[in-house]
Amino acid sequence: MINAAWLIPLLPLVGFLINALGKKWLSKNIVSVVACGSVLGSFVIAAGIFIGLLGGAGAQTLSLGELMNAGGFSVSLSLLIDPLSVLMTLIITGIGFFIHVYSVGYMSHDEGFARYFSYLNLFVFSMLMLVLGANYILMFVGWEGVGFCSYLLIGFWFGDNANNDAAKKAFVMNRIGDVGFLTGIFLIFITFGSIEYAQVFSSAAAMPAGLAVITTITLLLFIGATGKSAQIPLFTWLPDAMAGPTPVSALIHAATMVTAGIYMIVRSNILFTLAPITMEVITYVGVATALLGAFVAITQNDIKKVLAYSTVSQLGYMFVAVGVGAYSTGMFHLITHAFFKALLFLGAGSVIHAMSGEQDIRKMGGLKKDLPVTYLTFLAGVLAIVGLPPFSGFFSKDEILAKVFEHSTVLAVVMVITFMMTAFYIFRMFFLVFFGGFRGSEKQKSHLHESPAVMTAPLIVLAVLAVAGGFINVPETLFGHHALANFLEPVLRPSLAIIFSEEPSHATEYMLMAIAIAGTLVMFAVAYSRYLTKSHVPAASEKEQSFLYRLSSRKGYIDEFYDMIIRKPLDWISSVLNDVFDKNIFDRIVNSVGELVVVGSGVARLLQTGKLGFYLFIMVAGITAMLFFNFMF
Amino acid sequence: MITISLLCLPLLAAIFLLISRSAMAKQIALVATIAELVIAVVAAVQFVQNSSVQFLANYSWIPSLGIDFKVGMDGISLLLVLLTAFLMPFIVHVSFKKNYDKEWAFYALLLLAQSGLIGVFTSLNGFLFYFFWEAVLIPVYFLAILWGGERRVAVTFKFFIYTVLGSFFMLLGFIYLYLQTPGGSFDMAALQSVQLDREAQGWVFWAFFIAFAIKMPVFPFHTWQPDMYAESPVSVTMLLSALMVKMAVYGVFRWILPVTPLAVEDWGNVVIILSVTGIIYASCIAIVQKNLRRLVAYASIAHVGLMSAGVFSMNAEGLQGTMFQMLSHGIGAVALFYVIEMIYEKTGTMEIASLGGITSKAPVFATIFLIFILSTIAMPLTNGFWGEFLLLLGVYKYSMVLGTISTLTIVLGAVYMLRMYQASMLGKTSAVTQSFTDVTLQEGIILSVIVVVIFWMGVQPSVFIDIAKPAIENILSPVTQTVIN
Repeated sequence: MINAAWLIPLLPLVGFLINALGKKWLSKNIVSVVACGSVLGSFVIAAGIFIGLLGGAGAQTLSLGELMNAGGFSVSLSLLIDPLSVLMTLIITGIGFFIHVYSVGYMSHDEGFARYFSYLNLFVFSMLMLVLGANYILMFVGWEGVGFCSYLLIGFWFGDNANNDAAKKAFVMNRIGDVGFLTGIFLIFITFGSIEYAQVFSSAAAMPAGLAVITTITLLLFIGATGKSAQIPLFTWLPDAMAGPTPVSALIHAATMVTAGIYMIVRSNILFTLAPITMEVITYVGVATALLGAFVAITQNDIKKVLAYSTVSQLGYMFVAVGVGAYSTGMFHLITHAFFKALLFLGAGSVIHAMSGEQDIRKMGGLKKDLPVTYLTFLAGVLAIVGLPPFSGFFSKDEILAKVFEHSTVLAVVMVITFMMTAFYIFRMFFLVFFGGFRGSEKQKSHLHESPAVMTAPLIVLAVLAVAGGFINVPETLFGHHALANFLEPVLRPSLAIIFSEEPSHATEYMLMAIAIAGTLVMFAVAYSRYLTKSHVPAASEKEQSFLYRLSSRKGYIDEFYDMIIRKPLDWISSVLNDVFDKNIFDRIVNSVGELVVVGSGVARLLQTGKLGFYLFIMVAGITAMLFFNFMF
Repeated sequence: MITISLLCLPLLAAIFLLISRSAMAKQIALVATIAELVIAVVAAVQFVQNSSVQFLANYSWIPSLGIDFKVGMDGISLLLVLLTAFLMPFIVHVSFKKNYDKEWAFYALLLLAQSGLIGVFTSLNGFLFYFFWEAVLIPVYFLAILWGGERRVAVTFKFFIYTVLGSFFMLLGFIYLYLQTPGGSFDMAALQSVQLDREAQGWVFWAFFIAFAIKMPVFPFHTWQPDMYAESPVSVTMLLSALMVKMAVYGVFRWILPVTPLAVEDWGNVVIILSVTGIIYASCIAIVQKNLRRLVAYASIAHVGLMSAGVFSMNAEGLQGTMFQMLSHGIGAVALFYVIEMIYEKTGTMEIASLGGITSKAPVFATIFLIFILSTIAMPLTNGFWGEFLLLLGVYKYSMVLGTISTLTIVLGAVYMLRMYQASMLGKTSAVTQSFTDVTLQEGIILSVIVVVIFWMGVQPSVFIDIAKPAIENILSPVTQTVIN
């Protein structure tokens, strides 16, 4: 089975080629079968390999030889099949498959149907290269590839320049992060003489902790991660990325691509473990992003924006986990989040579909009657994300809290506050959408309908996963045995040998669980009374809003801030360089020198025309002609 | 024999056109350039991958001065000959719709330029190199001044004076080196084995560098370039950006690195700082350009700046990156100017602001344009990636600070290229793009050839890297040795 691993990325690539080249001729049915089938095929192979790994098969590197070798620098074309990469592959192809299926319904009326699926398959290919590649270059190849597909899909409806601006912003911000990633790779090569994981990690394992060069490498890699995984300071592209079709938001901007930063850190865990300073930075950036994302999500009225900021915040959770050295915990939350956030986005898509494109939750309300399946599955997602037992988010979130508590009580308190904010904004959205009376137009009301089976079936599958997904890693406190952590152990072994980790006592863990659950229930009650009992609907005007409310609804004014400190100065500098320096200074110097020569030649008047150009030309032409003549005879 | 055929075929075709004044000038020129490509491919197939000079031809020319007509190709030469031969059919074909006055002369001059370029890339004699270097300029001068845009005279004049001035310094450099050879010879091997002290190397270095810096052009010697690119006939713009720029980079490989290694050690940092400044400077200016050709012109200065920084970092990655990027950049330049010309033919404008929405009218055209842009912004799996990656790695190895600053090019490049793409291709259609038609089958096939090469080089870079590797290692080993000593 493992030898078929090359097919995993190859199938979606073939799917892309077929749909991209044949989009004019292929029927929608064929396009759908090719697109969904190729991802399903990859999933089946990945599942086979996964079963092999569970059965005790070891990690393996499959090599097709050297991609290139330029002197000292060489890159191999090889795949690394190990628990981490296979786990990621299962998420990408598994959730990816259901989102493909859902898209068949969601995009059925779009004229760009085949184009959409070709981009989606290209994305899956790139994402698989990212996680399966056995060196940093292949990771970078996938990394750039997913960024480009994200650009294509955010700007999918390219007739509207607002979408195109969002797409460009996403790409450029990611490239800012990539400066970090790329220079990180350079420094890895200079330090270890290779960019192959096997060499780098085995050399690193023999190094002492705290070396400046390792700290620099990891900080640079982390800059790359902040771009791709939307962390402070490079997160503002993700909310704008909601301009793309909703299934894209579910696949790329929730479940898979944005977790690439976490994958990168977990893959390079030994490097990060050796850099305590970087780990501290990651932890604080993660906590700050989690808090900020949740804070902004509280006042958003666009259903997708709420979920987008929620994703920013939840990715922050994952970074906190890896920052405190709990790599498997970060992966655990990555998985449960992929389940419930993909579910919530697809549910939101179903709502938007029913509302004829409306995304403003103030204009929804009472949808549970008309959209029963969407409502129930969405409820599963809600309970999972707020982390009530026994839903999946409860286990992963609780594990993060326990690990953070070990690290710092203050940060644990901030995390609990974030959990509570999360519970509030999620219930706020949930109540405004599904409960109370309908607040949209009559026309929208007459149009309300449950989505077709091709869309609700994926919702049901994801709902089951969101409900039960937590059981893959039940802690001992709750009579489990950390199945996921054990599965990932071979990947993390070098780090585990270094990180001295004391399991919190069972009493502490029960206490933390109780606090988290109590906080969530309190926020449930608050949201219930505000949005259900009092039927509050967020006001449109800013006048009656407090400063804090505006700070949140205006997204912390961060876009404005970046405009002021980056975009405007860059435009200004560019204009000055163009108008002042290039046209006036450098060119003028050159021209004056030229004029001086011309004046000089004018005085000399060696030739009657007095034109230096002609004169010089005759000279050169004469010499060459003479030499040519000489040569011929 | 192959080298001589490569040199003579375009020359003979040009002479034929000049004499016959054939009405079929276009077709004859295209056939000639395609035949040339076939010969170049044959050479590539026969080429043995080692550092030796192959396909050697040597005739005595002016024996008293040690000037021989000696040509041949090592891997570096071969790649640039291949590049020239691959791009010339496009450079000829792009003007087909123009219906210029005195077409026979136009195409004859293009062919003469090709002959000269092949000469530059294959000369094994310093004087011959100089001869071809100047010989390329003559047809280009005529092409630009006779068939260019409104401001052609002033712009071409400036370009001409500037570049001739630069070459003058190079000539001085050659004469100085010649005088140092025992017995007096212009033979490349003789000139390269001249042992100069540090100070003398410095003078020779600067003499050559000024010539090459103007031609590349390296900041701040670039001011002739955007005007020249904007005013020249499209074939000449392509010729300049895709191929003549490479003459200068090639010159650094052949003359500066082997002849003046100590000076490179002394002055390399100055050159690299200038080059890196140029990358950022030109990228910023590209952001605010309003004309498609001028935007690509500044983008080109930025790319060339990176090549110049890479070649002077004197490490394997930098040199390999420069070599690979010369190919990618040449192909990318022709590709971009080709589609810009198509936009101009269909809309009558190159002003970015008056375009828009072309994707909805011409999806195939837009996709091809996007692929060309991906190559210029170094997207993995396109040819642009490997060159830029190796170059940045080379500069980073030389200096982390300069390397990091250079790496900003991946951000700025995305900013100006995607801005251009969005404004011209996405959004709503404008008055001039309303009736934009998609590519015809013929145009589609022509552009697909470039697309295929872009991905081929992106997926199998080793095919091209391995050709020049031994020759580059050869250049590098004496350099490194001297530095160690």
